[in-house]
Amino acid sequence: MTPRIKHDKPGLRSALSSSVGKKVLTGVTGFAWAGFVILHMAGNLSYFGAGEAYNEYAHKLLSTGPLLYAVEIVLLICLVIHAILGVNIYLGKRRARKQSYDTYRSAGRPGLQSPSSRTMILTGVVLLVFLAIHLKSFKFGPGIAEGYSLLVDGEPIRDLKRLVTEKFRHPIYAFGYTGVMVLLGFHLRHGVWSALQSLGAMNRRLTPLIYGIAALLAVGIAAGFIVLPLYIYFFAP
Amino acid sequence: MSQAMTIHLKVWRQSGPDAKGKLVDYRLEDLNEDMSFLEALDVLNEELIKKGEDPVEFDNDCREGICGSCGLMVGGIAHGPMKATAVCQLHMRHYKDGDTIVVEPFRATAFPIIKDLVVDRSAFDRIIAAGGYVSVDTGGAPDANSLPIPKEHVDEAFDFATCIGCGACVASCPNASASLFTGAKVTHLAHLPQGQVERKERVVRMVEQMKAEGFGDCSNHGECEAVCPKQISIAAIAKMRREYLRALFG
Repeated sequence: MTPRIKHDKPGLRSALSSSVGKKVLTGVTGFAWAGFVILHMAGNLSYFGAGEAYNEYAHKLLSTGPLLYAVEIVLLICLVIHAILGVNIYLGKRRARKQSYDTYRSAGRPGLQSPSSRTMILTGVVLLVFLAIHLKSFKFGPGIAEGYSLLVDGEPIRDLKRLVTEKFRHPIYAFGYTGVMVLLGFHLRHGVWSALQSLGAMNRRLTPLIYGIAALLAVGIAAGFIVLPLYIYFFAP
Repeated sequence: MSQAMTIHLKVWRQSGPDAKGKLVDYRLEDLNEDMSFLEALDVLNEELIKKGEDPVEFDNDCREGICGSCGLMVGGIAHGPMKATAVCQLHMRHYKDGDTIVVEPFRATAFPIIKDLVVDRSAFDRIIAAGGYVSVDTGGAPDANSLPIPKEHVDEAFDFATCIGCGACVASCPNASASLFTGAKVTHLAHLPQGQVERKERVVRMVEQMKAEGFGDCSNHGECEAVCPKQISIAAIAKMRREYLRALFG
């Protein structure tokens, strides 16, 4: 029988800070947020639903209580990990090549280097800043107490639709949001595919397929978000 | 009839590891379009020697694209613009008369410059030493083909075994990551029965060594595959990650 060498597993700390561990964590946390933005986008589209669909959807989400808090805490943890690792990988790359090339060009396919892959740190930072402003404007924005309320089945609920409509009538909000969602599309264009590669889920057959699907997904998600502010700005009564 | 051509070179000159380097302009006349790029550098060096100047140092050996010794950034691309080609197999016919070509060394903290275009790639040797080996039975040589291996495993292993360790993957990677090199070695051995004994230790140790050498983390740009003279797929990097997770949780 072939003797097996005693296998010393790396400690959790060493595994998580290894180049593989960092990518796996970045991928998992990125996926959590990708899932969230898809749900968020679907929620946004309920604005176009009949009656008070949008407000009722928002109210239903809020009324899940502890479940919502749990999801929010998980998302917050994922965001912190994702952001720290993103900055860490970016700083590491600068240390790993202290003197840059005088002339550098991509060799093209089958490489997947793109404006999207090269600007992950930039789009990520913009998305982070946007998230803070976005939460302040909407999640922690004016609610029932400030008069943004309506009665549904005799119960006062927050009139989020009115707040959203008012905000997106303002060109800075409408076009600022649109611009950031384009950047989200760029982040996802590389991010979705890259997360799967980081988790080791890719092979030679799957990569071109998944890379293509990731592009469609990125465009779809960005478009799904952009349609709301543009509709409100140009067409909403 | 070969066309004589004039090429303007901007070559990185650096007298030693700690010296400050710079790009120096050279004009090469009457080059033959059938020359290889390294032969054009030979012509430059002959001229420099005749003038009593220091020739340009660059690594090369077999000049057949199989040894992995040569490696230059030519026009901003590792090994130059031709696919699946080491720089020794790049020919001047791919350039036009009057072209300007920038020639730089492979740049990475883990590949310190020794002189001009020569870099120290022994970090790769240390990654291999950390786990890129197999245990073999002692005694007489076994009969050939005595170890049955499924054809698809052999093919897959061979695709990754073709890595010549030139370092183009690191040089072209925006992050200066050695993931394709390390992934190719890990994947090659993970597919073969000979590689099973150290399978788990190998990936952990090689990944650790990669970090210790100061290579950057992979960001999945895939640029490494595009410049690899052996066209090794980034599937090796995904496989390395699977192997690492397997070592961790398996």
